[in-house]
Amino acid sequence: MVSYVNLVIYFCLVVLFAIITLFIAKLIRFRDPNFDPVKLQPYECGEDPVGDAWAKFPVSFYLIALVFVLFDVEVAFIFPWILALPKLGLIAFIEMFIFLFILFLGWIYAFKKGALKWERNQ
Amino acid sequence: MPWSEIGISLVKIALVLFLVLTLVAYLTLAERRISAFIQDRLGPNRVGPFGLLQPLADGLKLIFKEDIIPERANKILYVMAPAFSFITAIIALAVIPIGGGFSTSLFGLLKEPTFIKFQIADINVGLLYVFAIGSLSVYGVVLGGWASNSKYSLLGGLRSAAQMISYELPLGLSILGVVLIAGSLKLGDIVQAQAKLWFVFPQILGFLVFLVSSFAETNRLPFDLPEAEPEIVAGYHTEYSSMKFAMFFMAEYTHMIVASSLIVSLFLGGWYLLPYFGWFGIDIVKYWFLPPLVFIGKVFLILFLFIWVRWTLPRFRYDQIMNLGWKVLFPLAVINIIVTSAVIVFI
Repeated sequence: MVSYVNLVIYFCLVVLFAIITLFIAKLIRFRDPNFDPVKLQPYECGEDPVGDAWAKFPVSFYLIALVFVLFDVEVAFIFPWILALPKLGLIAFIEMFIFLFILFLGWIYAFKKGALKWERNQ
Repeated sequence: MPWSEIGISLVKIALVLFLVLTLVAYLTLAERRISAFIQDRLGPNRVGPFGLLQPLADGLKLIFKEDIIPERANKILYVMAPAFSFITAIIALAVIPIGGGFSTSLFGLLKEPTFIKFQIADINVGLLYVFAIGSLSVYGVVLGGWASNSKYSLLGGLRSAAQMISYELPLGLSILGVVLIAGSLKLGDIVQAQAKLWFVFPQILGFLVFLVSSFAETNRLPFDLPEAEPEIVAGYHTEYSSMKFAMFFMAEYTHMIVASSLIVSLFLGGWYLLPYFGWFGIDIVKYWFLPPLVFIGKVFLILFLFIWVRWTLPRFRYDQIMNLGWKVLFPLAVINIIVTSAVIVFI
């Protein structure tokens, strides 16, 4: 329990540090007396910004996120297994081998479907 | 929980924060100096002896800079993102053990000697904690990129999110061999299991996968696509200025420190000096200050490797990064688990 209390104290102090730093910066930062509102434009190499940045982006990013969630859950399953493996022995090994084999099939499926593909040929 | 213990933890926490923030500041100087030497330049050497006060000057400059929040940005998230990024980077350090610890009665203040660990929180799920916090760090970057409402920032944030989650899988899988041999998720136990032999030798494949993935997780070259200067200006922190920019910067360097300490404590024997035989007879209970020195020395070497790689290798293309993560490192990490567990079960 002591460790978790330490962790909470540490967490609070770090958060406090971040907030205080930002607050001090806010207090003593430079304020331009001749502030030009054009500074508030998003940076687009000096041109006037075209349209909104919150627009469409490639669907590949969604696919990667989906595949990641899938495989990350598998990794979460492997952690307890690997700690118990020396006690459970061969049966646990074979079970996990089957599990990893199915995972591997899923990986091949994602591969074949092009979810991991980034090259565009237009 | 007695007050003395809280007092000791507060001192430890203050020390860790101070050390890490100083190290982050001097890491920026080291990066600039080493890059200068690699490119046959001198680098910043005017502020103080050998440029040693340069980080201080940079910090002061950044804190006094004009702070601009773009008018179309989401203000709350825009302000939160750098702080979030920094916090998630630095709280991962809580479970890193830099040494065994020592017994002291604090010069007679306490009735009986207490054992003080060189670690803030020695929790059972240490390794899982580090990975949980590490996964959170993607939020700071992606929120910063999205909230800026700038196209370069958005692209940087998206790239970063996809890259970091892709490399988290090999990162998580590559350490499982170490966990299997050590039989514990406590980082202290894992280091102690390397007394006879560093894990880099039985786990060489896991080590390589972990090393490459941690370069990608920290957004360092050759994987720094999230902030690839020639394409997307500065990526997710294009719109940031003043202290908020400095926070992103500090977060990046803190990530490097976390990654280096993880590499050292998981694969390079933590506070053991040589790959074999532990401390070959030196009484580390008596000379308790030796292990932290060895640990920090190794972390410095890995940090130097990070900087060296950055100024030596060119940047990958984005599809190459994704292919490396999903089609090379992920299968390699799975093969590593299968081989390691087979060896443990059958021998």
